Amino acid sequence: MKHLDSIAHVTGRSRYLDDIPEQKGTLHAVVFGSPVAHGRITGADLTEAARLPGVVAIFSAADIPGENQIGGIIPDEPLLADGTVHFRGQPVFVIVAENDFTARQARSLIRFDYEPLPICTDVQEAFEKQSFLFPPRTFQLGDVDACWPDCAVVVEGEAATGAQEHLYLETQGAYAVPLENGAMKIYSSTQGPTLTQRIAGRVLDLPMHQIEVEVGRLGGAFGGKEDQATAWACLATLAAWRLQRPVKLVLQRHDDIYMTGKRHPYRSHFKIGLSKDLRILGYEVTFLQDGGAAADLSPAILERTLFHTTNAYFIPHVKATAYSCRTNVAPYTAFRGFGGPQALFVIEAAIAKAAFELGIPAWQIQEKNLLAEGDAFPYGQLAEKPHARACWDTVKTAYALPLREKEIAEFNRQSTWLKKGLAMMPICFGISFTKTPMNQAGALVHIYQDGSIGLNTGAVEMGQGVHTKLVQVAAKALSVAPHRIKMEPTDTNRVANTSPTAASSGADLNGKAVQHACAQLRQRLHEAAGKLLQADPDAIDIREEQVWLSGKPTDLRWAQLIAEAFLQRVNLSAQGYYATPHIHFDKSIEKGSPFAYHVYGAALITATVDVLRGRYELDSVEIVHDFGNSMNPALDQGQLEGGVAQGIGWLTLEEVRYNAEGRLLADSLSTYKVPDMGSAPKRIDYQMLQAEGPPLAILGSKATGEPPFLYGIGAYHALVNAMQAFRPGLQLDFEAPLTPERVLMALYPPEKEQS
Amino acid sequence: MIEFWLNDQHIRTALPAGLPLLDFIRYESGQTGAKVGCREGDCGACLVLEGRLTAGALHYHSIVSCLTPLAKAHGRHLVTIEGLGAAAPTPVQKALVDHSAIQCGFCTPGIAMALTALCLSDEDLTEDRALAALDGNLCRCTGYQSLKRAVRELLLILPIRPEDRPISWLIAHGFLPAYFSEMTERLTRIAAPFISEKEKTLVAGGTDLYVQRPDALLQSGVTFFQNAPERTGIRIEESRCTIGSEVTSTAILQHPALRAHFPRLEAYGRLIASTPIRNMGTLGGNLANASPIADWAIFFLALDSTVVLTGPAGERELPLPHFFQGYKKLDLQPGELIAALRFELPGPDTFFHFEKVSKRKHLDIASVNSALSIRLEEGIIAQARLSAGGVSPVPLYLEKTSHFLQGKLLNAATLQQAQALAQEEISPISDIRGSETYKRLLLRQLFTAHIHELFPEVHEAP
Ligand SMILES: Cc1cc2nc3c(=O)[nH]c(=O)nc-3n(C[C@H](O)[C@H](O)[C@H](O)COP(=O)(O)OP(=O)(O)OC[C@H]3O[C@@H](n4cnc5c(N)ncnc54)[C@H](O)[C@@H]3O)c2cc1C
Ligand code: FES
Ligand code: FES
Repeated sequence: MKHLDSIAHVTGRSRYLDDIPEQKGTLHAVVFGSPVAHGRITGADLTEAARLPGVVAIFSAADIPGENQIGGIIPDEPLLADGTVHFRGQPVFVIVAENDFTARQARSLIRFDYEPLPICTDVQEAFEKQSFLFPPRTFQLGDVDACWPDCAVVVEGEAATGAQEHLYLETQGAYAVPLENGAMKIYSSTQGPTLTQRIAGRVLDLPMHQIEVEVGRLGGAFGGKEDQATAWACLATLAAWRLQRPVKLVLQRHDDIYMTGKRHPYRSHFKIGLSKDLRILGYEVTFLQDGGAAADLSPAILERTLFHTTNAYFIPHVKATAYSCRTNVAPYTAFRGFGGPQALFVIEAAIAKAAFELGIPAWQIQEKNLLAEGDAFPYGQLAEKPHARACWDTVKTAYALPLREKEIAEFNRQSTWLKKGLAMMPICFGISFTKTPMNQAGALVHIYQDGSIGLNTGAVEMGQGVHTKLVQVAAKALSVAPHRIKMEPTDTNRVANTSPTAASSGADLNGKAVQHACAQLRQRLHEAAGKLLQADPDAIDIREEQVWLSGKPTDLRWAQLIAEAFLQRVNLSAQGYYATPHIHFDKSIEKGSPFAYHVYGAALITATVDVLRGRYELDSVEIVHDFGNSMNPALDQGQLEGGVAQGIGWLTLEEVRYNAEGRLLADSLSTYKVPDMGSAPKRIDYQMLQAEGPPLAILGSKATGEPPFLYGIGAYHALVNAMQAFRPGLQLDFEAPLTPERVLMALYPPEKEQS
Repeated sequence: MIEFWLNDQHIRTALPAGLPLLDFIRYESGQTGAKVGCREGDCGACLVLEGRLTAGALHYHSIVSCLTPLAKAHGRHLVTIEGLGAAAPTPVQKALVDHSAIQCGFCTPGIAMALTALCLSDEDLTEDRALAALDGNLCRCTGYQSLKRAVRELLLILPIRPEDRPISWLIAHGFLPAYFSEMTERLTRIAAPFISEKEKTLVAGGTDLYVQRPDALLQSGVTFFQNAPERTGIRIEESRCTIGSEVTSTAILQHPALRAHFPRLEAYGRLIASTPIRNMGTLGGNLANASPIADWAIFFLALDSTVVLTGPAGERELPLPHFFQGYKKLDLQPGELIAALRFELPGPDTFFHFEKVSKRKHLDIASVNSALSIRLEEGIIAQARLSAGGVSPVPLYLEKTSHFLQGKLLNAATLQQAQALAQEEISPISDIRGSETYKRLLLRQLFTAHIHELFPEVHEAP
């Protein structure tokens, strides 16, 4: 089935937040962000700004009726700065005017006085000062300290990955509309409507039932609109509530880039030990997570890093410690992979370094250590049907690794100024929110008298196609044609207490809740049909909109069945609910079984480096991926290809840097570069691993949102491999992104140039 | 009054001339298919078609509406996704759907319009050119593979377009709705030019100005060149070529005679901005903006170029290197404008090459760019001109290095000395586009790359 929105998208009729027709009297808001990264506010002069014709109001922390607090996990982040500011771009005032042009003019007239405080933008410095956002955590398996003497090789090193801007094409925004009796309706570009509802209630001191949050669709999110959508919704709502007029707040790109958080940069130290026959015996790693100025989702992200310490490998002795360090930049937040990619980068760096020491290709180590049935992850969960080896073997043969190695070696012999390289990249990613209580979902299904169906869930559509998958689930569960089903906007009034659409779990959780609702409806319809046909309900079946009796089709079709059921006074609405069974995790011992299942895969990546100019191209990414029984191969392929490109972007082009004053250096699309068509891999090929999907995946179809992002790590190593063909012995420092600048500087290191 | 056609709708408006066209389309006309992605020309979410009459013929190309002042629409036909009609999906739209080249959909209208512009172009279509039609569109979701599949599908149909009448063919085959056949006549009826007020900010293509200060332009108002044929054409007299300041990058890149003189011109062009930006941005704007990495400035500094200025005191012509006086400082008197650029077309003994390295290969500003022209007489360098951007406060003509090369044998020893001189002549600074050390290294490499491309036999393996 094609993406539900296909036609609406290509004809431009899909409605995004900024496309919602404005109500009469709508005002526009912009946010004044702190111009300094750390300081004590000593005063602000708003008079000139407030006098500008068209300006309606300027709100500050003092105008918040409830709690000035938007921290989702740890209450450490004010909605509007109060007393001190902790990062450049931290919201201080919200300016409301007749139009956004005037609001921006007013913003430039605000005078802001502060006393500077010391600014820290370096994670290492924060670590040394023991400036943490929350206490560190350690995962352990075996006895790592005791294992080193048994190792034939031990190497140590550092690895660092940078931040990544989400660059969802639609910026963040919200439109808040006062309703009667003090209630508020918020249209928000959020992945977490319930979260927005809860926090807006906290800020306005209103019970949750007074706040309705509706999300039609998002123009991309990738995790960036999970916790970070809340502030904008709350600010619009605060203004609308105070003024009792509709207020729209849509961030301009520049504001969005510099005010919102990004993927966490990590700086890590690793130590890895291998036996003579290349088995990894021990792995010790310290992750320094740069958390930014407030906790945001960092605790959960840090946890997922620890869960993914060992990628798709079994390592008997592991110790992984992670610290979340406080710096004066916008709080880092969720981004596809949620801390997992950062962990995988380190283990792959460790393997690459060990391979370098041993003078062998890294894939020989990777291959030796893939997870087998029953192997324990460092957090205690046992690998169940781990398809790591199956994916690996299939890639190796289907895409002819040995032959490709030979071809590349031959190419490199012949070519002086272009060099090719390759890398293998196995992946393993755990599916479920690591916080067990979040693994629940609801659905509300209405069958209308004419047989058409309305489907409500907590899943937010952001391009990934979750709404399409949910329609497929409902269509299958009720055995009706998908066109009968309308997916409703995600709305807290219809499905309450939902988890954000995140952790790749949207289709699984909401799909299972839809199945539950549909099963109830189906049972009622079987009974109604039984009554009509004077038959035992157990002998009734509905197949493709037709009622069957004892294995034979009857004349009773869907529309008529529904009309009759209504006359029989059958309840044609059902509420479904799902909570993932079996999963658990005990933080006090850092052990448990937190994931419903794992997703596996392996990729072969090749690249060409222009060693004269330092430019490069990704030639091919060839993947065998474990989709389970994909319920929608076209959508899953889209997630795979999109994830790969984004992962490659993270490790190659996309560079986030702050200067010592905490100013973001690449703060626009002209300086922050995401992959375009020309820099995306020339070719992505894939095969679906032939394997049964697990029962906890919806219809056996495994989650595909995040895992493919991880293949991008292979691109880094393929590039290094190509560079080594030009400079044998070149050893990289495992600093990502590997920009053309880093490539050229590594190919012509200044020391070598002197000689 | 600003008068134009937006899709099938006749517009007359007195709104400010400097209002971004995108805002007019979305918030005044209420058609929300064109999206706001960046307002700096870098994402293509706001991409629309612009049709204009030149010598009675209607031509369409893509532009970004976020950097287009409303008044620029005067007398033209602007087409948004809504203007493709709601009846049935066009073959472009169908190809996008069939190949699942859509996810969140936010980039989709812009992409559909860029591909429709491709269908309307009169260039011979190769796969390479077709894919390049999307060089101004970012998509954060799909990873582009499905988009490539959709483009390849279009390539199966498009080559049968008749060269002379693409529009009627496209209407007949469902790419465009029927009202397009009336547009020539409709536009002809908009006779009066738009008269902008004087003493406002002069906008050429707007691709620098609207990125730098959109709000100020809305307030201050904008003005355009009026009726200046000498600024709009490319003329060649003997070996001297004159390009009017209002000539767009696209017009330069597609000019047959220039393509003949610069065989790799099209490839160089791909390194400059993107298709819609090249359709808008002008040569005059590129020079006047005085950015140290301006690609056209670097390109023409390596040719024997002069810039023609006109002003209250008449016309004067000065060598291009003298025009750039310091960081963003030009030899341009108040009231003076760039009328044209003149340069010597490379003859058969002159070898010219342009190089650019940026973080992303396409639609990115150079870390360092450089051009070199060398005229050889029996193995001796009779004349050389080397230019480089990103290595000094101005687009730099490396005078000493160029001068040094003159009269020398073209060999490795000469080049080594020239490289050392070039390093002395430049003064790069560390910034977002690279560290000082990197830029020094990069210029050395690009100089080598020139030789590598032009005289591979001289550039030996290391
Ligand atoms: C997304 C994007 C990508 C870009 N990529 C590149 C790139 O790769 N390489 C590159 O070199 N540039 C690039 N640019 C910059 C820009 O497109 C070019 O410099 C372009 O040629 C500017 O021309 P314009 O007509 O749009 O200038 P405008 O913005 O209209 O004007 C620029 C300045 O020049 C003045 N001006 C214009 N014409 C004259 C004249 N005849 N006489 C005196 N003053 C004049 C204007 O008043 C204004 O101050 C990019 C821009 C964008 C938005
Ligand atoms: S909005 Fe991004 S190019 Fe116009
Ligand atoms: S589909 Fe989301 S940006 Fe292209």
